[in-house]
Amino acid sequence: MCLAIPGQVLSVEDIGFNRVGRVSFGGVERAVILDFVPDAAPGEFVLVHVGFALSKIDEAEAQSTLELIERLGMMEPLEEQSLEASG
Amino acid sequence: MKHLDEYRDPVLARAVVAEIRGTVTRPWVLMEICGGQTHSLMRYGIDELLPPEIELVHGPGCPVCVTPLEMVDKALEIAAMPDVIFVTYGDMMRVPGSKGDLFQVKASGGDVRFVYSPMQALDLARRNPGKQVVFFAVGFETTAPANAQAVWQAGREGLGNFSSLVSHVLVPPALRVLLSAAQNRVQGLIAPGHVCTVAGCQDYADLAADFAVPVVIGGFEPLDLLQAILMLVRQLETGRAEMENQYTRVVPHEGNPAARRLVDEVYEVCDRKWRGIGELPQSGMRLRSKYAGFDAEKIFGLEAGGVAEDAECISALVLMGQKKPPECPAFGKRCTPERPIGAPMVSAEGACSAYYQYKSHFVQVSTAS
Repeated sequence: MCLAIPGQVLSVEDIGFNRVGRVSFGGVERAVILDFVPDAAPGEFVLVHVGFALSKIDEAEAQSTLELIERLGMMEPLEEQSLEASG
Repeated sequence: MKHLDEYRDPVLARAVVAEIRGTVTRPWVLMEICGGQTHSLMRYGIDELLPPEIELVHGPGCPVCVTPLEMVDKALEIAAMPDVIFVTYGDMMRVPGSKGDLFQVKASGGDVRFVYSPMQALDLARRNPGKQVVFFAVGFETTAPANAQAVWQAGREGLGNFSSLVSHVLVPPALRVLLSAAQNRVQGLIAPGHVCTVAGCQDYADLAADFAVPVVIGGFEPLDLLQAILMLVRQLETGRAEMENQYTRVVPHEGNPAARRLVDEVYEVCDRKWRGIGELPQSGMRLRSKYAGFDAEKIFGLEAGGVAEDAECISALVLMGQKKPPECPAFGKRCTPERPIGAPMVSAEGACSAYYQYKSHFVQVSTAS
C-alpha cells in the first residue's frame, strides 16, 4: 500500500486547485499532483504515491548512497589482489 | 528506470551480503516493518542470502491487513446501497468482511470501483452529481496526505456528494506496543521509508532511545534493504541503539511538512482497532468535526458493532512478528489468496501472501516436518 515509485518531472502547470506535473515513469507518462513538493521543477525526479509526489529525490544523496555501497563492492577484489600479491 | 535499477545490482548485493557475513558474530532478530519491504525481501530472496545468524520477522506495516473487520463490514454495507458509487484502492476489494468482500458486492450489482488515486474518486463525484461517491480512505502516514487532500478539495469545491470512510492508522504507536510485549524478540527495526517521507525521522529516533533498539529507516529495493540490514548489524555488534537513515535520497529528517499540515487540517488522531490485534490507543486518524459533512460513517449513520474475527486466523501474531505464516494451521490449506481467511493472505503486502507467492519450497519443507 505504501508503494511509491520515482519518476522524472517533464512539465508543470497549475490546474484548478492543484499544481500538476507531467511525470515520466521509464517512458510511461502520468499526471501527478505536486502540491506537496511545490518547488519540483522539470528535469527533477520525484517519489510518487497514489498520484501524489511525496518528496523530491535528492541526487547528491542518491549518489553518496551508491558510492558507499560500491566501496563495499571494491573491497573484495582489493583483498584478492593483495592476497595474490603476497602469494 | 533511474533511481530503481541501480539498487538492484546483483554484484553490489553480493558485496553487501559479504560485508554482513563478515560483521555478524551472533544471532540477531530484525524486523522490517513495512509489508512492501517484506515483499521485496521475499521476491528477491534476500532472506536466503543472509547468514544464518540473521532472522527476519515481518512487521505490521500492511494497512489492508489491519483495517478492522467492522470497518470492512461498513464498507460492504455502504457499497451495496443504491445510488452509491463506492471507491477503493484495489487492495481492499478482496479483503474478507464478516459477510463477503467488495468483489461480491460488485458481482451482486453494487457500484464498486477501484482507483489508484483518491483524486479519481473526486472526479467520479464531479461527473455523477446524482450519486453519493464514497471513498474508502485506508493507509498509513504515506497515504494520509493524498486521502486528506481529496476531502479538503471536496470542501473547497463544494462537492456535496463526496464522502470518505476513514480508517487511517499510524505506525509508531503499533511499534511501541510490539516492542513492549513480553513475547517480543525483535532486536533491530527497519523503519518504513515511505512513511518517513511524510512523517520524518524523529518518531523513530524517539523509539530507538526509549526502547534501546537500533532503528534504520530503509528503502524498498534490494540494495536499500541489504544496506539497512548491514547498518543494523553494525549497531548491534557494537552495542549501539540509534536511529540511522539509509534512505536519505527521499527521506529528509523533517519529512514533508507541507503534506503533514494538510493531514493535520483534515484529520485528528484517535484510538483505532487493528484487525486481529485489537484497539491501540492514539494509533489512528479520523476526520475532524469540521469535515463531518464528508464523513461517510456519519452520513450513512452506521453503528459501530463488535464483530468476531475468524478464530483460526493467527494474523495478530504474524503482524506482531511472533509467528511466521507457515506456522498457521490454515496456511496454504484453508487459507489461500483465492480463498483468504485473514487479510494478510489477501493484500499484495501481507506476509502470508508473500510466503505463499515466494516461499512454496520453504512451506513444503516446514509443513512436512
